[in-house]
Amino acid sequence: MSADITKLEQIASQVRRDIVRMVHSCQSGHPGGSLGCTDYFVALYFHAMKHDPSFNFNAAGEDLFFLSNGHISPVFYSTLARAGYFPASELATFRQINSRLQGHPTTHEHLPGIRIASGSLGQGLSVAIGAAQAKKLDKDAQTVYVLLGDGELQEGQVWEAAMYAAHNKMDNVIAAVDYNGAQIDGATKDVLSLGDLRAKWEAFGWDVLDIEKGNDMASIISGLDEAKSRSGQGKPVMILLHTGMGYGVDFMMGSHKWHGVAPNDEQLASALAQNPETLGDY
Amino acid sequence: MKKYTYTESKDTRSGFGAGLLEAGKKNENVVALCADLIGSLKMNDFIKEFPERFFQIGIAEANMMGIAAGLTIGDKIPFTGTFANFSTGRVYDQIRQSIAYSGKNVKICASHAGLTLGEDGATHQILEDIGLMKMLPGMTVINTCDFNQTKAATLALVDHVGPTYLRFGRPVVPNFTPADQEFVIGKAVMLNEGTDVTIVATGHLVWEAIQAGEELEKLGISAEIINIHTIKPLDEEAILASVAKTKCVVTAEEHNRLGGLGDSVAQVLARQLPSPQEYVAVDDSFGESGKPDELMDKYGLNAAAIVAAARKVITRK
Repeated sequence: MSADITKLEQIASQVRRDIVRMVHSCQSGHPGGSLGCTDYFVALYFHAMKHDPSFNFNAAGEDLFFLSNGHISPVFYSTLARAGYFPASELATFRQINSRLQGHPTTHEHLPGIRIASGSLGQGLSVAIGAAQAKKLDKDAQTVYVLLGDGELQEGQVWEAAMYAAHNKMDNVIAAVDYNGAQIDGATKDVLSLGDLRAKWEAFGWDVLDIEKGNDMASIISGLDEAKSRSGQGKPVMILLHTGMGYGVDFMMGSHKWHGVAPNDEQLASALAQNPETLGDY
Repeated sequence: MKKYTYTESKDTRSGFGAGLLEAGKKNENVVALCADLIGSLKMNDFIKEFPERFFQIGIAEANMMGIAAGLTIGDKIPFTGTFANFSTGRVYDQIRQSIAYSGKNVKICASHAGLTLGEDGATHQILEDIGLMKMLPGMTVINTCDFNQTKAATLALVDHVGPTYLRFGRPVVPNFTPADQEFVIGKAVMLNEGTDVTIVATGHLVWEAIQAGEELEKLGISAEIINIHTIKPLDEEAILASVAKTKCVVTAEEHNRLGGLGDSVAQVLARQLPSPQEYVAVDDSFGESGKPDELMDKYGLNAAAIVAAARKVITRK
């Protein structure tokens, strides 16, 4: 499928506006990782994935996506809304009482597009593998995508899942790690070093590829196309997605300090000025 | 006192194995997962019949719970199998977030619960699992008493939608409930009608409660005996109706006194019918190594303890 890079970049600009507005509005949430993963989400939902926004929970014949690092819910919610899963106006309820847009994604409030609760880290890869196992059982050839944070790889369950996926040749799984090198308390290399991630995943039996420019739409598209071409070959595929935390908002970039902090009015104005309105603000 | 007899003793976990095979035949969406304890959970027959519907996870219980949650997205009905300790405390957050809060139709099937696990000792003898699981919103909690009831419960789970914890044990115990019983989740089973004291028992303590009822009869005490296989949702009506008649209750379970069946019964009575209650349960301690019968005697989980509790509670009316 050929991609209209300009169009995808325009969607990403709107998603970034949504993210900072949502987080500003309730003065809580996680803008850093959300902004860093915006381009990847847009590439998935507006290019790579076969999916139906009318939302059939079991998604037979569709690709699936799971978000393991649930704290970047703003980018997930905005992407789902902009893809047509629910009205964009509902983004205004993010983290407010009686909202379907909980702080971390949940099925509990029946928000279309969400198939598992996440937030407590380390669990999403296992869930994605279970769904992929169900697809294999049903002879459904579609792909299961899952995104993890890099700090999240410090959770042991991730490596249980990694071992299982390789042993069982889960080659309908395309996982990605948001490789921004930052977590709440600082740089991952200082908090708990991840070491050589490529070597680790390869040692666990995965086919690993890097998307070096994880905030460049053309690079993401070609990386996802490459990942897709490598799936179905007997190995699960891992994308090391090199992103910048806070990407697209200059004062948030390059610092872990915007992991879970909301912008003030002045900062919001600056952030919005850097990301043009393309699809209409909610 | 109604007479209960049995022709053989069998382990409840074999009831699970037999029920799982039947469940697999009944519904092709039934799948099973195990964390390296196939033999202990008696899952061999299911695996032989449905090899493609079985997933060996290895010693990775957290991953097993996540995979089970994911399988439901394809409309599968996953039954996970491992020891009760590794089915609950070890993976509590995985169950909480990926299964309970996410509303997944996963059947967490747990063997070797309680002291009767025996010689392996306290590391494996979980006595807190009923409390852990009943605290999770939406979680159904079942603790069966013999082979036939465990088999019937396993089969009943196929048609029950929602996360469920099914607890059973290791040793052979009298198999006294009917092979053709209808298992209704949330419905208490009246074993004996009586007038002086209500005995509410679950799991391996149900047979002990029957033995106690016979002893009490010799003492001129008429015991009403209720088999509570479903601790959540609790059959409040059955308990209230019985205690309204007898005015006192003994609860009996192979579990910590804190957080188990007894506490659930006490809560119902405190709110609707305050009545004297005595607990036959482990008194807030860990277990230890030993033979199952020796342990049940040492920790006061037997017919004699139920008799003593019944005589005591009657004096408190």
